[in-house]
This record gives sequence, C-alpha cells and structure tokens, in this order.
Amino acid sequence: MRWLRKSEARRETFYLYTFISPWVIGFILFIGGPILVSGYYSLTRYDIANAPVFIGLRNYIDLFQDDLFWKSSRVTLYYTLVGVPLGLFLSLLAALLLNADIRGQRLFRTIVYMPSVVSGVSLSLLWLWLLNPDFGAVNLIIYRLFGVQGPQWLTDEKWVIPSLIMMSLWTMGNHVVIYLAGLKGVPSNLYEAAQIDGASRLQQFWRITVPMISPATLFLLITGVIGSFQVFVQANVMTDGGPNYASYFYVYYLYQQAFHSFNLGYASSMAWILFLFVGVLTWVMMRLSNKWVHYEGGE
Amino acid sequence: MSVGYKAGNAEFRTVYGSRKLQDRTLGALVWIVVVCICLLMILPLFIMLSTALKTKQEMFVYPPTWIPTRIIWHNFVDAMKSRPFGHYFSNTALFSVFGTLGEVLVSSFVAFGFSRYRGKGRNVMFMILLSTLMIPYPVIMIPQFVLFKTLGWTDSYLPLLVPSFFGSAYIIFLLRQFFMTLPGDLLEAARLDGCGEFRAYWNIALPLCKSALASAAIFGFMFRWNEYLQPLIYLNTDTKFTVSIALASFRSMYSVVPWNLLMAASLVALLPPILVFFFAQKYFVQGIVVSGLK
Repeated sequence: MRWLRKSEARRETFYLYTFISPWVIGFILFIGGPILVSGYYSLTRYDIANAPVFIGLRNYIDLFQDDLFWKSSRVTLYYTLVGVPLGLFLSLLAALLLNADIRGQRLFRTIVYMPSVVSGVSLSLLWLWLLNPDFGAVNLIIYRLFGVQGPQWLTDEKWVIPSLIMMSLWTMGNHVVIYLAGLKGVPSNLYEAAQIDGASRLQQFWRITVPMISPATLFLLITGVIGSFQVFVQANVMTDGGPNYASYFYVYYLYQQAFHSFNLGYASSMAWILFLFVGVLTWVMMRLSNKWVHYEGGE
Repeated sequence: MSVGYKAGNAEFRTVYGSRKLQDRTLGALVWIVVVCICLLMILPLFIMLSTALKTKQEMFVYPPTWIPTRIIWHNFVDAMKSRPFGHYFSNTALFSVFGTLGEVLVSSFVAFGFSRYRGKGRNVMFMILLSTLMIPYPVIMIPQFVLFKTLGWTDSYLPLLVPSFFGSAYIIFLLRQFFMTLPGDLLEAARLDGCGEFRAYWNIALPLCKSALASAAIFGFMFRWNEYLQPLIYLNTDTKFTVSIALASFRSMYSVVPWNLLMAASLVALLPPILVFFFAQKYFVQGIVVSGLK
C-alpha cells in the first residue's frame, strides 16, 4: 500500500503545481523578480537612459541627509497616525449605530456605504471643490453654523493634512461594512448573560463587543496602515505636495524622483525603506495582536 | 468566551442579527444620529450634482447656492464634448473588463489548486501568496517599468493588462475561501466517475461559485475603473488615456477651472461604479466581508 500512497502524494503535488503555475510564473516575473531587481537598483545610480552604475550604499546615505525624505516621512506618518485610528474609531461607532434595530436600517447602511464607491480622481476633484475656501460647501456650512470664515484648507500648511484626513473619513463605508459583519458574529447570548449579571451597556461594549470584533480591527488596522503609507492620488491631483511640502507624501516624492527626475536608483532605495518599514510594522502589529485580538474558539 | 457558536450558522444570525433596542428614547436618539450621519454622507454627492447643473456665473456666487437657480442639463453634454470623453470611456471600459475577466478566470484556476490539492509545499506557497498582499506597489513599480520599457510596451495597455492574466493574490485568496467550502465528496465522486481534474474545476467547482466569482469580478472592475497611478506611469498619448487620467488633466487645461463641467464629467465617470454597486450590492458587500474576516 505504501507505493500507492506515495504515488497519490505525487499526483496531488503534480496537480497542485499545475493549477498554481500561472500565479507562480506571475510572481517570479512581476513581483519576486522585481523586488530583487529593485534591491539591486537601490545600490546604483540609474537614469534609465544609461546602464545602472553600482555605488554601494550611497543612495541610502544621501537619503538620510535629504530633508525632503524626512519631511515626506513625517507627513505620511502624521496622516497615518491620526487618520487610521480616527477612521477605525468612527467606523466602529457608525457600525454600532447601524447595527441597532431601527427603522430604515437597510437604507441607512446603503447611504453610508455609497461614498466608498467614489474613489480615485473623482473623489479628489470633488473634495478639491468642497474645500474651496471661498465657494466650497465646507466653509459655507461653517459660516452658516458658527458665523466665522473657515480656514484655507488645502492651501494652509496647518490644515492640509487634516483636510485630507476629513476626506478619507467620508469613504469609511468599507470599514463600516466589515465591522457590521463582525458585529453580526457576536453571539447574543453573551449579552444576555452579561445583562443577567448586571453589566451596564458600556461594560458590555468593552468586555464583549470590543474583544469579539478584534479580528476585524486587526485586519482594518493593518490594511489601513499599508494603504495610508501609499497615498498618492490626493497629493498628485489636489495639492502637488504643497503648500510648502506640507502634503509631500512619501510615495509622491518617490514618484517624483523616479518619473520626473529619473533618479531610479534613489527612488528604489526609497521603495526599499518603505518595504522594510511596512514589513517590520506589520510583523510588530501581528505580534502584538496576540495580546488583544480574540479569536472565536481559540485558546 | 467559547459558547459553541458556529460562525457560519445562518439561522442563528438572522434571529439574533441585530440587538433589539428596548429603550424608546435611546432608539429615537440613535435614529436621529444615524440620519445626521447619512445627511453628511449624501451632502458632497448632492453638491457635486448641484455644481454640475449651475451656470458659469452661479458657480462663483458668494454665498454659494445649494440649488441652482437655473438648471443647465446641457453642462453634461458640454463636459463630454470638451474632450474626447467617449474615447476615454471606451478605453477604460475595455481595460477594466478584459483585465478583470483575465484576472478572475486565472485566479479561480489557481485558487482551485490551492483549495483542492494537499501537495508538498502548498502551505509555504500560500504563505508567500498572502505575504504579497502586504507589498507596497512602489517597491515593484520601478523594475516593472524598466521591464516593460525594455519590451517596448510603454504607452500601451499591455503593462496594465498582462500581469492580470497571472492572477491576483487578493482574488485568489478570496476565491480559495469559497472553494474551501465545497464538499470534498462531490469532487471525489466526479473523479471516480472519470471526470478529469480540469473538468472538475470547469464544470463542477466554477458553476458552484458563481456568486463568489461575481464578487471578485466586481472588485476587480471597480479597482481598474478607478486606477490612477499605473495608467499615469504607462500611458502618454492622449487618445490612450483612461477616464482618471483625462479627468486629472482636464483641470490643468484651464486658467479658471470650470467647476460645473468638471463636476459633470466626474459624475459621469462615477456612473459605472455606482450602477455596478446598486445592481450587485449583495455580491459587493459579500466580497468585502469575506476578504475582511476569514
């Protein structure tokens, strides 16, 4: 019988690799290969017209003395550290409200989700108009409510990142949908038991709801951070990285270096720093998640 | 915490789906807050439409009006005629449809392999697949550009389409989750009846996963329709532009931005995603949920 089992295993392996071969080839050609090549480029001076010239760690040394590198890193971190947690918090809040058994629930859910369909350039153009200091709706509302002229939003160094965060919150419907699904999965007898024990709503929220939906939080946190590090469209379409580099996002700088200045080696070293940073951060978040993420049926 | 509850128990979910609010005042309060949130969500879209229907003069009236005093439907025609938008739309539609079809088809093939065969190295390969989800596009952007430039593919749709035909990690993962739920006996029985592996994939597994394929296709389509960075890098000739690129360059063509026309054009560009969303809401939401929770 052993030979039979062995041939069966060989058969399985054969079909496994037959079926996954397109992805394996694609991975080598378009992901794995390019990553290695990018690592090599990062050690070269390369302008695409001429062959890459090996210069060792020069690019990395230059980067650490490059004010714009630090500036764009700070801008991106600021946007991420404020935007992602705020987005998570508000979408959880919205999901809780939309989970309540109220009239029109389905319609409300659709409405909250709808802006998420608007993305990319249309979204940027719409908010460029809404945030127009003189003719935009945001300042009109501020004026009507408080009688004061609102800030210059995208042309004010202090306000440009908060503006972009506000805009990102408008499309938090994706997050809300994932949280709603998470909330659906919380068994209601947990709440019943807690009520019998005399737990308040707030206690139930912290002791039951938050731990039970923590896998969704972890997913949204990780994907949110990775996405936030790659902000590009807003900087390119709305602000050109300004005013005074206040919205000069990391990937926008990388793009400028690669496709405007044709410093492909320099841009590659920026890409590698981003890669390492995202990798380490994801690893840390996964590691720390053992302490706060609760998996159903897990120990 | 373990209460013997199964995540897939649909009956349980519908019965206890949402928590009943016993307290009436609290219920009313929640309702009011929800209505306010919804108004905030709708308002930008309303203003987009309102601006798209204004005259050139009314666009720059202070204080701005909510509803245009004269509604100019013709703005939509003017916006579409101001540049060859018909062309850009068909470019984007072709790119989105073909890219998505290839991606979903190949991804389903790969996903079937990952779900069905326990061959050597499967788990390692799957871990690699999952970890590619974390790779920021800028890391592979430059070598890919050099590769496609060497092949002479720049300023064509090939760099945007060809990688799709090798599957996408995200959709492979999503479809694998669905294939895992197929009863193994079914495929085993088919095999004993002399059905080959490829027929088992094509004739049995695929038809059973129609809704998953629909979710994946909608996702792929939406992503491509809105994609900006890649077309920006690869397309140079005006006639090859996608809607995104055309919209972004539309603004820079005027010294005084014609916001009414710009909003009209943006609204038209939003139509396909909005229509897809309304007609396929179920699959759409399903796709988001599966990707997020399992």
